[in-house]
Amino acid sequence: MMTASLPVTPAAPALGLWQRLGVALYRRPGLQLGLLLGLPLLWFLVVYIGSLATLLAQSFFTFDDFTMEVSRELTLANYRQLLQPANFDVVLRTLLMASAVSLASAVLAFPLAYYMVRYARGWKKGFFYVAVMLPMWASYIVKVYAWTVLLAKDGMVYWAYQHLGLGGVMDWLMTLPLLGGNSLTTSHLGRFAVFTYIWLPFMILPVQAALERVPANLLQASSDLGANGAQTFRHVILPLAFPGVVAGSIFTFSLTLGDYIIPQIIGPSGLFIGSMVYTMQGSIGNMPLAAAFTVVPVVIIALYLTGARKLGAFDAL
Amino acid sequence: MHSDQDRAPLWLRLLAYGGIGFLFLPIAVIIIYAFNAESAGYSFPPKGFTLAWFPAAFARNDVMQAIGLSLQLALLATVLALVLGTLAAAALYRREFFGKDAITMMLILPIALPGIITGIALLSAFRLADIPSGFWTIAVGHATFCVVVIYNNVVARFRRLSYSLVEASQDLGADMFQTFRYVVLPQIATALLAGGMLAFALSFDEIIVTTFTAGNEVTLPIWMLNQLTRPRDVPITNVVAMTVMLITALPILAAYYLTRGTEDTAGSGK
Amino acid sequence: MSIAVQFHQVSRHYDSVRAVDDISLEIAEGEFFSMLGPSGSGKTTSLRLIAGFEQPTSGSIRIFGQEAAGLPPNLRAVNTVFQDYALFPHMNVLDNVAYGLMLKGVPKSERHRRAEEMLELVKLGQYGSRRPSALSGGQRQRVALARALTLQPRVLLLDEPLGALDLKLREQMQTELKSLQRQLGITFVFVTHDQGEAMSMSDRVAVFNKGRIEQVAAPQVLYNQPATAFVADFVGAANVFDGPLAATLAGLEQPFAVRPERIRPAGQLDGDVVRVPGKLLDIQYLGAVSRYEVEVLGEKVVSMVLPNEHDTQAAPAVIGSAITLAWQRQAMLPLAG
Repeated sequence: MMTASLPVTPAAPALGLWQRLGVALYRRPGLQLGLLLGLPLLWFLVVYIGSLATLLAQSFFTFDDFTMEVSRELTLANYRQLLQPANFDVVLRTLLMASAVSLASAVLAFPLAYYMVRYARGWKKGFFYVAVMLPMWASYIVKVYAWTVLLAKDGMVYWAYQHLGLGGVMDWLMTLPLLGGNSLTTSHLGRFAVFTYIWLPFMILPVQAALERVPANLLQASSDLGANGAQTFRHVILPLAFPGVVAGSIFTFSLTLGDYIIPQIIGPSGLFIGSMVYTMQGSIGNMPLAAAFTVVPVVIIALYLTGARKLGAFDAL
Repeated sequence: MHSDQDRAPLWLRLLAYGGIGFLFLPIAVIIIYAFNAESAGYSFPPKGFTLAWFPAAFARNDVMQAIGLSLQLALLATVLALVLGTLAAAALYRREFFGKDAITMMLILPIALPGIITGIALLSAFRLADIPSGFWTIAVGHATFCVVVIYNNVVARFRRLSYSLVEASQDLGADMFQTFRYVVLPQIATALLAGGMLAFALSFDEIIVTTFTAGNEVTLPIWMLNQLTRPRDVPITNVVAMTVMLITALPILAAYYLTRGTEDTAGSGK
Repeated sequence: MSIAVQFHQVSRHYDSVRAVDDISLEIAEGEFFSMLGPSGSGKTTSLRLIAGFEQPTSGSIRIFGQEAAGLPPNLRAVNTVFQDYALFPHMNVLDNVAYGLMLKGVPKSERHRRAEEMLELVKLGQYGSRRPSALSGGQRQRVALARALTLQPRVLLLDEPLGALDLKLREQMQTELKSLQRQLGITFVFVTHDQGEAMSMSDRVAVFNKGRIEQVAAPQVLYNQPATAFVADFVGAANVFDGPLAATLAGLEQPFAVRPERIRPAGQLDGDVVRVPGKLLDIQYLGAVSRYEVEVLGEKVVSMVLPNEHDTQAAPAVIGSAITLAWQRQAMLPLAG
């Protein structure tokens, strides 16, 4: 097949500066790593870890209630203040909401994710994926705004239940202690609905991913062994999808825990952890107490993650 | 897990499509009300169709300034995140060393922790260092939580890239820079583009970290938030809301189509 | 003849794994040299050490007398044909082949002309404008070969380049590679786990096992004078006898091997022969030959291969029956203990 002949190339010539740099990097893989990782690592250590460290340090600083000034005297007073009953209420209120939102998201997400995995084929599969992803990434503040429009007096939701003749039911709901309020926009129910809406996609995708990994032959095996649909669902699908639900709840729980904008705009007065932090540093200027307050969600989330890891949620991410 | 022959029971279909309807309801509302003739209030059904609010909104200085600021910020944060995220991805994939897991964890942390913590931490550090809040403090905050989006997309692409391509390039005489320019970059270009668009969208509509680092600057989401707490210009807000949604939705859709059919991670989680 | 590649006490360790363990080796210029061994034996790592993709933990590697350890791949005058071909998917075939010239700053028309020549050399003259993904496995393999040869390396490294091809194509490529090497006169270092491939193409073969070299020799020498039991067994089939078995059968202290085709039923041989009684366990019909599995001394299973064109009536065809095997004393290959 061949008729050409190849001349012989001479041995390596003397090296230029650039090539010498290449040689130096080749001989020291650690230097290569350093060059690549140096910039991002420096950025994260200085900007991010540095900030977190100053935040933690601030939580031990002293805030003078009279002069409204922060001094660098170290104290544990801020943490003691956390344990006051009023602050405890804030934590409890936030936790209750985060749990309710996670539960509701799971209930809403499961049938949708199940349908996506089991029945959506071809273009429908893509459609469902985009239909979940798009609202998830769509602007947070715009979505919250849309809900104030939806829930407003004379808005779409009022219009709908008036026309369905459910006005009485809604009035009754508004009188209930844990759900009610003066109007939908200022009710616990309204706030709960908005929270659930905003974080729902973060539940759907992990559940869908977990269900996607259930092999089809497992379902056949189950029905071969005489299980009916409900039994297969209860004993095969549900346990296998559960880590996905836990993984999703990490998002819904932690995102609700840290939010301060929704509680500020929708629902009755009464602070959440997020709004507490925001108010403390903002209008009051008590950065040390605000800093101490941020430790609360971090601890709760850390506990939650530890529990979630035990339930196998990280394999579903 | 799927089945080819059977059809979903009616109740399941209702729940599935109902769920999608629920997810799109507020989005539909935003689109409808942007064309609402009513000048105050949110009554339903809308009072009439008009395009009048669009020129009115875009004639407003505060709106245009906010849009301009948010675009600049998103662009800068995206560029910073592209550089940092790509470097981190190149450093961390294919290497095992002590502390690698901690570094990966650190990249994810700004998104994993509630935004309020990132926000207040940055604010406290800027105050302590006497750095005045403004354009650059916002950009630094945004870049920090955008890095992980780029990192995830690029690492996913690296994993599908046969490393022998890099070796072949070196073997044929390319130095590290040439290998990156002629072999690696063309291979990861779409991943960078997809990740960049997601980062752009993420930065463009970010509000929680921004409120802490913005000082007196008014980004578009902050402008929206101000309208929410002290509503004055309902029809203008409606138009701006739709604009924000379009500016974020289009890059997200583009990113999805760029990485479709691959195992890349664009859009699979914030 | 000068030395193209020289390993002096080269080791490559990963943590506790000794991928290459104290290897010394010389490859002559113009030689077709194969590195043969099972997977994980260190042959591929050795090749990658020459290319520069791996760096030795200790020892020295010289390429044409120049120390290569510490020199990155792009500064070494060797080129590689990769196992998975590693063709750049975003370039067409011509640009793939011209890549090395492009890096050297050769103008476009000139490098395309030279790349065309290379493609002609591997009989792919018409395929320059195609994408690699539009080629068959065999064609990709040829493009990879052309690309590696474009820079006129003095040493060409081939990492199991025929592994992914089907049998017919493989045999054809073996012939072509060998004649290409003869024609170009450059050194080929060829890594393979296929002993037939190594034997048919190479001037010399290094047999790798567990990070070390068991033997370096011409194919005939490897076959007829294997240095170790591993070589005897890996290069062609062998019946290896060691320990008490060697003593009982032939009165030898040292282990030895006998090729299956040198064993005959006792009646067919006379002179200075070793005879062993045994029991026929199985007969495998292989076309030109048949293989007989015989259990001797109640423990060792010995293979005997007899050509089928000879009448096999002398051998008992009943499985389970008694049979006495024999081989000439000079057929015994002494092995290192």
